[in-house]
Amino acid sequence: MSNKTKLILLAVASLAFALAFIFIDLGRNWDYALPRRLEKVYAIVLTGGVIAFSTMIFQTITNNRILTPSIIGLDSLYLLIQTFLIFVFGSMNMAVTNENINFVISIGFMVLFASLLYKLLFKGEGQNIYFLLLVGIIFGTFFGSITEFMQVLIDPNEFLIVQDRMFASFNNVKTDLLLIATVLVVIVAVYSLRFIKYLDVLSLGKDQAVNLGVDYDYVVKRLLIIIAILVSISTALVGPITFLGLLVANVAHQLFNTYQHKYLIIGSVFISIIALVGGQLIVERVFTFSTTLSVIINFIGGVYFIYLLLKESKSW
Amino acid sequence: MVDVKNVSKGYGNKNVISEVSVKIAKGKITSFIGPNGAGKSTLLSMISRLIAKDAGEIYIDGMDLTRCKNNDLAKKISILKQSNHINIRLTVKELVSFGRFPYSQGRLTKEDRKFINEAIRYMELEEIQDKFLDQLSGGQRQRAYIAMVIAQDTEYVLLDEPLNNLDMKHSVQIMKVLRKLADELGKTVIIVIHDINFASCYSDYIVALKDGRVIKEGTTDEIITPSVLNEVYEMDFKIEEINREKICVFYS
Ligand SMILES: Nc1ncnc2c1ncn2[C@@H]1O[C@H](COP(=O)(O)OP(=O)(O)OP(=O)(O)O)[C@@H](O)[C@H]1O
Ligand SMILES: [Mg+2]
Repeated sequence: MSNKTKLILLAVASLAFALAFIFIDLGRNWDYALPRRLEKVYAIVLTGGVIAFSTMIFQTITNNRILTPSIIGLDSLYLLIQTFLIFVFGSMNMAVTNENINFVISIGFMVLFASLLYKLLFKGEGQNIYFLLLVGIIFGTFFGSITEFMQVLIDPNEFLIVQDRMFASFNNVKTDLLLIATVLVVIVAVYSLRFIKYLDVLSLGKDQAVNLGVDYDYVVKRLLIIIAILVSISTALVGPITFLGLLVANVAHQLFNTYQHKYLIIGSVFISIIALVGGQLIVERVFTFSTTLSVIINFIGGVYFIYLLLKESKSW
Repeated sequence: MVDVKNVSKGYGNKNVISEVSVKIAKGKITSFIGPNGAGKSTLLSMISRLIAKDAGEIYIDGMDLTRCKNNDLAKKISILKQSNHINIRLTVKELVSFGRFPYSQGRLTKEDRKFINEAIRYMELEEIQDKFLDQLSGGQRQRAYIAMVIAQDTEYVLLDEPLNNLDMKHSVQIMKVLRKLADELGKTVIIVIHDINFASCYSDYIVALKDGRVIKEGTTDEIITPSVLNEVYEMDFKIEEINREKICVFYS
């Protein structure tokens, strides 16, 4: 099967899943249910696409197929921000209850953190990207520890609200945020178009990319900023879910078996949509909301991850 | 012409290249020789901007290397490193096609394909062009990488130990290709090479490095002498003339 055919099949499958999600059990109150379901599907497509895209380019930049952008600590930072806001201001404060304000605060701090991190690390020339990852892991762990510390001290009722944000969920998509998130994603996506052509070359590694005329530091820095913004958007929208990226990026690599990002990116976006819509279908219709989507994604992702490790270890 | 002026490079507080100045003639083959750790690869990587220098200047055709646009440089100078590892699965032909990126930015034209096929033919890779790199022997892979550099079609071609892993037949074949690049297409070829007899038979100029310094440079005739080689490698050489080529004998 050619890669084009695979893409078309994935597109059809995504569409089918989306339609199934929208129309199965629509019931008599469809004028109430339909718009909500449409919103939900839209949110899923948006986050799914963003996660797939950002993980794919992150793995290309790092030349590593078992990393996700969460390794630079953005997920942990998000949880720290949420916990901190509730810890300091209480759960009834505007910064917590008003979704737009919370969204702006979260994104603002995540992007600020990412830029500080990059600034620090890219100051000296020739810094290597693995050093960035190392520092990211350390910060991530650090954020995680402070978060836990605050969660221990927090009032148990307030902790429930924190806990609610610890897991990604589409059960109550923050509809107000969809518009602003869409605008941001579109801006970032348009900006990232000019860098797409470099991705194939970047997957050859730094030296080859430089030899072939890619302004490596410039391009990688821009791509990392794009990743930080996109991850921040999706995390603020539904919660930490970058693990999904690992899953879909690897499935895309396996399915398409090519280095060409035109297939990998579009393919992984569709796979991501299928996984999310399918997962959400299971959550809603099989488990009737007794579990969350991230539990399912993390379970499937975890199993797949172990499979990958076992398989990779054979080829060593 | 490549003009290296007082270039230095250090790691930690160890100087790996110390105030090296050297001029490399256009349209000729220049070989860098010297013992392991002399700094040959480091110098080559700096000339090809893969690593940054600590001090000094490098000019290519009168242009300061640090001021050139990356994509323009990629059409002027290409490098093959001493060891190459690529994380993704590629066929020989796909790898060679990447050599055209500076021109095509990923969209291959008819002309690009012409260069790709020519490079594959030059390196006698036609039969294995659709094989994946990880299915090849070390020498076949090395030839595929060289083909990529040839497809890049740059005025300056830098190769770090291109004969790595190659048998005699293919070593000779590659040196002949390099001669052709220099003599017929006027390209400037700079190689790092350990086999002193290949350096002697195929290069126009030789630059001898040791401990991060250029200790001798000159035409091949000037360098391939027992006294110079003794100074570079600290061992005894006998030099015989066979078919008007200077052949070094150093097995003792
Ligand atoms: N990234 C690095 N960090 C620290 N030291 C380095 C690094 N790269 C090279 N060196 C040191 O610089 C010196 C010169 O290395 P270089 O690779 O240029 O040698 P070379 O002449 O190419 O040797 P060979 O013939 O073995 O390839 C060596 O002593 C090496 O240990
Ligand atoms: Mg070397």
